[in-house]
Amino acid sequence: MRGTVKKQGFKKARESRFLYLMFILPLIYFIVFKYGAMAYLIIAFEDFNAFKGIFHSEWVGLKWFRAFVEDPYFWNIVKNTILLNLWMLAFCFPAPILLALMINEVKQKRFKKFAQTISYLPYFLSTVVVCGFITNVLASDGLVNQLIGALGMEKVSFLMEPGWFRPIYVISELWQGCGWGSIIYLAALSGVDQQLYEAAAIDGANKLKQLWHISLPGIAPVISIQFLLTVGRLLTVGYEKIILLYNGATYETADVISTYVYRRGLIEANYSYGAAVSIFQAVIALILVVSANRAARKIGQTSLW
Amino acid sequence: MKRKMGMSDRIFTASIMLVLALLCIVVIYPIYYMLIVSISDGYAVLRGEISFLPKGINFSAYEAILSNKYVPNSYKNTIVYTVTGTLINLTMTSLCAYPLSRKNFYGRNVFTAIIVFTMFFDAGIISQYMVVSSLHMRNTIWAVVIPGAINVWYMIIMRTFFSDIPEELFESAKLDGANDMTIFGRIVLPLSKAVMATMVLFYAVGHWNAFLQPLIYLDDRNKMPMQLILRNIVMGADAAVSGSSSVTSDLGTISMNIKYAVIFITILPILAVYPFVQKYFVKGVMVGSVKG
Repeated sequence: MRGTVKKQGFKKARESRFLYLMFILPLIYFIVFKYGAMAYLIIAFEDFNAFKGIFHSEWVGLKWFRAFVEDPYFWNIVKNTILLNLWMLAFCFPAPILLALMINEVKQKRFKKFAQTISYLPYFLSTVVVCGFITNVLASDGLVNQLIGALGMEKVSFLMEPGWFRPIYVISELWQGCGWGSIIYLAALSGVDQQLYEAAAIDGANKLKQLWHISLPGIAPVISIQFLLTVGRLLTVGYEKIILLYNGATYETADVISTYVYRRGLIEANYSYGAAVSIFQAVIALILVVSANRAARKIGQTSLW
Repeated sequence: MKRKMGMSDRIFTASIMLVLALLCIVVIYPIYYMLIVSISDGYAVLRGEISFLPKGINFSAYEAILSNKYVPNSYKNTIVYTVTGTLINLTMTSLCAYPLSRKNFYGRNVFTAIIVFTMFFDAGIISQYMVVSSLHMRNTIWAVVIPGAINVWYMIIMRTFFSDIPEELFESAKLDGANDMTIFGRIVLPLSKAVMATMVLFYAVGHWNAFLQPLIYLDDRNKMPMQLILRNIVMGADAAVSGSSSVTSDLGTISMNIKYAVIFITILPILAVYPFVQKYFVKGVMVGSVKG
């Protein structure tokens, strides 16, 4: 029995030999750049020294893990990471839903198309462009402070105040991602049965009621899935924007796990320490994402994979 | 829907359209503002006179950046990285997506699992840096175009597209004696123009806008792409780029125009192609997010 199974497997493998041939390069890519990178995480348990290399550096066990768990600053950046994500959840999560619901109410095709075209555009601009605009507009002689000055109020150095970091970050994310994020909800809205609206109109429901009782329930599954996936990313923040916007004065609120790894690990060349923090983050993120995906799968048939 | 709308409904729809129109202005204004400042007189900018219309229109800012030592070169670098990178992306992504879309690819579930896992377990920047360094790719174009050769998410979009091609096409080609590779070239690729266009768009924009990878891997200023030089000029991180040449002559007053002019030439190609490629990216997002 086992022999035939093996033989069949071999035969099938032979039949798809051209596919294997094509697949070689991608497979090498994943092995080298993804699994190779994972293998390098072993330096988190070593006192890595570039000259000695990965195989000859001294083994120190959990030294680096202990170091950051005992470091009060580390918990500060964990807190910052989660808080920034909660801000995003509060503002950047509902905004695309609202936008999609509004766009969906527009019946003039041309205006609808126009609004969509405009609102997707910022998504394609680079983080450097967005942050460059922010730093100049918020500079002491920038547009915003010119306005504040004209109103006779005291100028604010927005980028130096820890309290301003999260609002600035969230507003810029809203500006850049809100339109793009609405695409998925618009798709879900176009799938809602139009007869429901007609029936409701005959029953005398006004537009607002239709929105509340038909549109919103119609996209509720998509909303819950998106919500869970967002929660799954609670410990992950894209750090490109933060690196461009933060400075020593705002670390207090702006420094997150990934920027910390970048600065302490890469710039200051504490590779082992940085790798240890990376492992901590990756493992928790993995647990969060997998559980979120499980939950999402229960809600709808769609899931991430 | 033939029924006449009631008064409250009309107000409702009108106010929604008003809000949307305002939002569109909020989105467009920063881009417009950068354009008008970049072509306005430097002193008018400094006095805060520019808000809706340009004043003293001139293109000195653009002349200054074109004669700058680093800007034209970095622009060329960005074009090279974008073209090379996108070609690698397309090749690698389709080489990966096609076998995984075929039912007769023995072991495809195992391979899919291996690949999808890399989506959820991010080894982080340190270890990727180690890999790239150990391959002696630092300070070469390869450091910015190879590590991201396959975006798993886009690969899944492509795989879904391939697996929607009718099975009969494959079977009849097989009967004619074609192997999987010729089928890919003769049947699959010609049918996949839409998904390929979507991929080109997403990958190319990614390369055009790339900042972190070049920041980490490229130390040589002559190899830096536009985004890095842009950061140095606009956010003043580097006096050597913005200060030493003609850029900040004229008491530094010209610098605001320069900054926005540099930003503007960076986003210009994106603004130029944007209206024509929309149908592709919306399609792409749909395939990816709805079908997974």
